[in-house]
Amino acid sequence: MAGYRYDYEVIAQWIEPGEKVLDLGCGDGSLLHHLMAVRQVQGYGVENDPDKILASVRNGVNVIQANMERGLIGLEDGFFDHVIMSLSLQAMHNTQGILAEMLRVAREAVVSFPNFGYWRHRQSILNGRMPVSESLPHQWFNTPNVRFFTIADFEALCELNGIVIHERLAFDEGKVVLEEPNFLASVAVYRLGRSG
Amino acid sequence: MIQPQSVGVVTPQLAHFAEPLRLRSGETLADYELIYETYGTLNAERSNAVLVCHALSGSHHVAGYYADDPRDIGWWDNLIGPGKPLDTRKFFVIGVNNLGGCHGSSGPSTLNPATGKLWGADFPFVTVEDWVDAQARLADRLGIERFAAVVGGSLGGMQALSWTLQYPERIANAAVIASAAKLTAQNIAFNEVARQAILSDPDFHGGHYYEHGVVPARGLKLARMVGHITYLSDDSMATKFGRNLRHGKAVYSYDVEFEVESYLRYQGDKFAGMFDANTYLLITKALDYFDPAFEHGGNLQAALARASANFLVVSFTTDWRFAPGRSHEIVYALLHNRRNVSYADIECPAGHDSFLLDEPRYHALLSAWFDRIEV
Repeated sequence: MAGYRYDYEVIAQWIEPGEKVLDLGCGDGSLLHHLMAVRQVQGYGVENDPDKILASVRNGVNVIQANMERGLIGLEDGFFDHVIMSLSLQAMHNTQGILAEMLRVAREAVVSFPNFGYWRHRQSILNGRMPVSESLPHQWFNTPNVRFFTIADFEALCELNGIVIHERLAFDEGKVVLEEPNFLASVAVYRLGRSG
Repeated sequence: MIQPQSVGVVTPQLAHFAEPLRLRSGETLADYELIYETYGTLNAERSNAVLVCHALSGSHHVAGYYADDPRDIGWWDNLIGPGKPLDTRKFFVIGVNNLGGCHGSSGPSTLNPATGKLWGADFPFVTVEDWVDAQARLADRLGIERFAAVVGGSLGGMQALSWTLQYPERIANAAVIASAAKLTAQNIAFNEVARQAILSDPDFHGGHYYEHGVVPARGLKLARMVGHITYLSDDSMATKFGRNLRHGKAVYSYDVEFEVESYLRYQGDKFAGMFDANTYLLITKALDYFDPAFEHGGNLQAALARASANFLVVSFTTDWRFAPGRSHEIVYALLHNRRNVSYADIECPAGHDSFLLDEPRYHALLSAWFDRIEV
């Protein structure tokens, strides 16, 4: 099984046993596979890449092909307990649309993304080059990422859209960062809910 | 041409059933026969059986070839065989000609035991549900309590879906490919044009054309021509024929000018020479009637609540006869019921016929899905 990542443990802690979970951009299904093993979730992945759909089927994970840029058509309001988007939000054009859709179909959303404000990324820019790192492994000319934002940017967007941040964990290449996360953390993981 | 990894020479078998079969139409078939083929070996636990359901023009001859006619290769031979996606080293695969068919099972062109004459138009209407009931009896006969999987494309996919609703305890996995939980009005309309072509042929004789020594070949040809258009995509026809002219220029005639005309006429003639018009009528009606949600007030979610199988649903991007949207309806109704379901919309230019091709991504997906099935 490829692709086990440190944010999986954080995400698993936020999931109760037996929940209905939707993983947007599920890749090869390894996160869902993990959650099925440790939380016995009823899991579904959404993907639009044929190779990743094949990999998910090989991993025994439910995967549904859909283009998330068009929203989560067909999924019912509040059907899922948690909807997860792990390190994919930065690769979507319709950022606000998908966040609204996630909180429509699930009680809570779990979102992780690479922090473009991480100090090494800032240093790289100061040196005149676009950042390439563990959390941003691509070159500027082949990156799938289309939105470049920081922890501070994301939290401002949540505020603007009435999204409640229940919890946030920040990491520097796998280690928890407690202070100055927008400067010191390479990845952030959020547990989000609707206001009111 | 015989493919590598073929199941080899196959021999159809005939099963006779004397126990009456009550049909959805209210009529009863007192006595009937089903012709079928099997590939691979049923294991000791009888847990590795896979039923392959055929669509409109298919038959029990799904894989392999006949000793006396090596060119007569099964219609889904690219899927089934040792080392193929539906691997006969692991699975025991069954193909069966449905009731009302014209390939050896009881149907309009077989003898009605009650009259000693060919059934003709007197053969009762059959539905997808009736076919599944008959297939279940064949499974009983073969000692198969539960299928590892039931698989089908198009009308065959409807049978796979219906299996999960009629006999949920007897099917572990279902592959519903290029199919739908019901036909749209447009789809029924195409079937109606095909039926009218047959019914209005002067050689039809109210379905008793056998007695007149004729067949409504013109009607059946037209029916196939209109059907064939809907199985291909606009793009695939453009690629295959474009506006190519047989004579290089217009000659102002109703004979074949455009190559696409030649192709359709050839396909129509070929089909009319091998298929029975009454069977065509019956099968298109079975397609039209299929609607498991009907008795649930049109609510497919409620209809699919009975299903417990794990599903694979596949559509093809250029299929407009059984469009991807029809597959979405099945997928999201299954998801509503918390059933295990995976869905892929395969990029393939060939329209509805894509499901019969060995497009690499499609077959890789089926391989992966069959590999996960425990027997």
